[in-house]
Amino acid sequence: MTTGFLVTNRSVRWFLLALALFTAVVAFGSEASGAGLISTSLVKTLGKTLCLCLIAVAMDVVWGYCGILSLGHFAFFGIGGYAIGMWLMYARTEGIVMSSLSGQVIPPTPQEVSDAIGSQIFGVVGSSDFPLVWAFADSLSLQLLMVIVVPGLLALVFGWLAFRSRVTGVYLSILTQAMTLALSLYLFQNDSGLRGNNGLSGLQNIPGFEGTSQATISLVFFLASACALALGYILFAWVVAGKMGSVVKGIRDNEARVRFLGYRVEGYKLFVFTLTAVVSGIAGALYYPQAGIINPAEIAPIASIYLAVWVAIGGRGRLYGAVIGAALVSLLSSWFTGGGAPDVNLGIYRIQWTDWWLVLLGLSFVGVTLFFPKGIGGLFDYIVRKPS
Amino acid sequence: MSSLLEVSGVSKTFDGFRAINDLSIQISEPELRAIIGPNGAGKTTFMDIVTGKTKPDEGRVLWGERNESLLGLSEAEIANKGIGRKFQKPTVFEEQTVRQNLAMALKNPRGPFAVLFHRKTAQGAARIEEIASEIGLTDQLTRTAGELSHGQKQWLEIGMLLAQDPRLLLVDEPAAGMTAEEREKTTDILRRAAQTRAVVVVEHDMEFVRRLDCKVTVLHEGHVLAEGTLDHVTADPTVIDVYLGRTDA
Repeated sequence: MTTGFLVTNRSVRWFLLALALFTAVVAFGSEASGAGLISTSLVKTLGKTLCLCLIAVAMDVVWGYCGILSLGHFAFFGIGGYAIGMWLMYARTEGIVMSSLSGQVIPPTPQEVSDAIGSQIFGVVGSSDFPLVWAFADSLSLQLLMVIVVPGLLALVFGWLAFRSRVTGVYLSILTQAMTLALSLYLFQNDSGLRGNNGLSGLQNIPGFEGTSQATISLVFFLASACALALGYILFAWVVAGKMGSVVKGIRDNEARVRFLGYRVEGYKLFVFTLTAVVSGIAGALYYPQAGIINPAEIAPIASIYLAVWVAIGGRGRLYGAVIGAALVSLLSSWFTGGGAPDVNLGIYRIQWTDWWLVLLGLSFVGVTLFFPKGIGGLFDYIVRKPS
Repeated sequence: MSSLLEVSGVSKTFDGFRAINDLSIQISEPELRAIIGPNGAGKTTFMDIVTGKTKPDEGRVLWGERNESLLGLSEAEIANKGIGRKFQKPTVFEEQTVRQNLAMALKNPRGPFAVLFHRKTAQGAARIEEIASEIGLTDQLTRTAGELSHGQKQWLEIGMLLAQDPRLLLVDEPAAGMTAEEREKTTDILRRAAQTRAVVVVEHDMEFVRRLDCKVTVLHEGHVLAEGTLDHVTADPTVIDVYLGRTDA
């Protein structure tokens, strides 16, 4: 099935080839390989970008193919990040605590160890007790499971309630915004158990690999992100290729017709919503160890709106469009806001891109929507003729 | 002839407007039936009620040999019982090919996972060819549905209903906007379909109904006004009243 699917989908093969080339160039040019052409911080940026591409592909499936304009997918991304971040922070703190306590004559009791770790982690919010959500933080495998299970369950429950009540269109978008806003506001509280607005930090330090340089770690995460993007891309391309794709696009174009053909539309929406949420969670779990820090601001509503902007600019309804949009806009964004872009001196006014980037982004979003509804990906229609 | 669909004593009020008022209709299998009536007579609401889009305030809708109630079932469940519905405006999936449109409608398991792992079968392909020739779109199978003419879209939608292999077809104004030639072909398709199943056609156009040559039900203000052959109902003075307008109104 998969082989036949790859044969008939040229764009998937081209994408995988391009991704492999890009990955190889970065890997061989990185500091870890000795070439040193690409700085470690750039490797991290590129690795993070790949994760953003992955969530953009998921967004394209849920919005571009299924027609559900979710403005809350970054909530799932953030949950994935928090889930892995809890283990990273716990295990690293445990290592530090154990080494500082190792000099004592009387070995510390487990309670003392736990208290010491707790006060290290929760000191910033004036607590030292482990909240219930940290129950499995000492187990990497369980926290990895949470990366998948928690976003999946949240999407399943939220989607079931929303789709069953047949909430569609802008009302559904508002609901998803409310979901991510509520989650973010909750996490901002100090007693949320996840360190309030401090978030989780030091995530770039991987427990057990203290001796490994950041150059190597960042390359490993870059490669892992590239693999995840490739696998996610294949998965979604397969989902939207066959009959499932027909039904999903049918729901986008005419939900009632699909219903009267005998398909339970709610079930399909729930499937797509949940699957994309799980992939978003995985993307987040790969992103935040590269970013080093996660805090509730990451899942503020604006993040998910950016996600929709990336997909719109890249081109809805084509997976490579989402990748192009996410990569281009997020890289440009860090270039403009990071002071990379030179200011424009108009004599009477000086355009500083750190302030004006959002205006530029907003204008390009409006421009694309009005004049190029197919987005950047639409350009490929002119280059490549459709296979008959 | 056993009754396939039995609608009895059904009423539905929208914001004080009685769209359907104590409506009773029986459809047998096989049968071709035309439902006519002026605007607002409740023709489309009748279809909405049978297909589960609208819940009636009172009355019964019974289906099949075991007289199951269709009330409370979802649209998808009703569709899977064997009721296909064609909308007034042609609604096909414009961005997909004619073949994909038909493939989606083919009678197959409808669950997300069954569909995800669905593999094309020779049987399915043959059935698509068969339906395509029945609706005269054999040459158009690889075309995008959005490129089809208005009439072709209507036939494609009828073809999608046939692909579902329903026992009852509800067809809402199939001839609207068609040329005389297209109407003739539509009549043929519907009459052929009605040889093995029940087909209910809602139509404004008397000439089209005459060509269908079947039992006619006249609706007025959500109620059955007359039933019988077209000649019989058009001779009915109350029907003439409704259609030509009352002189004292």
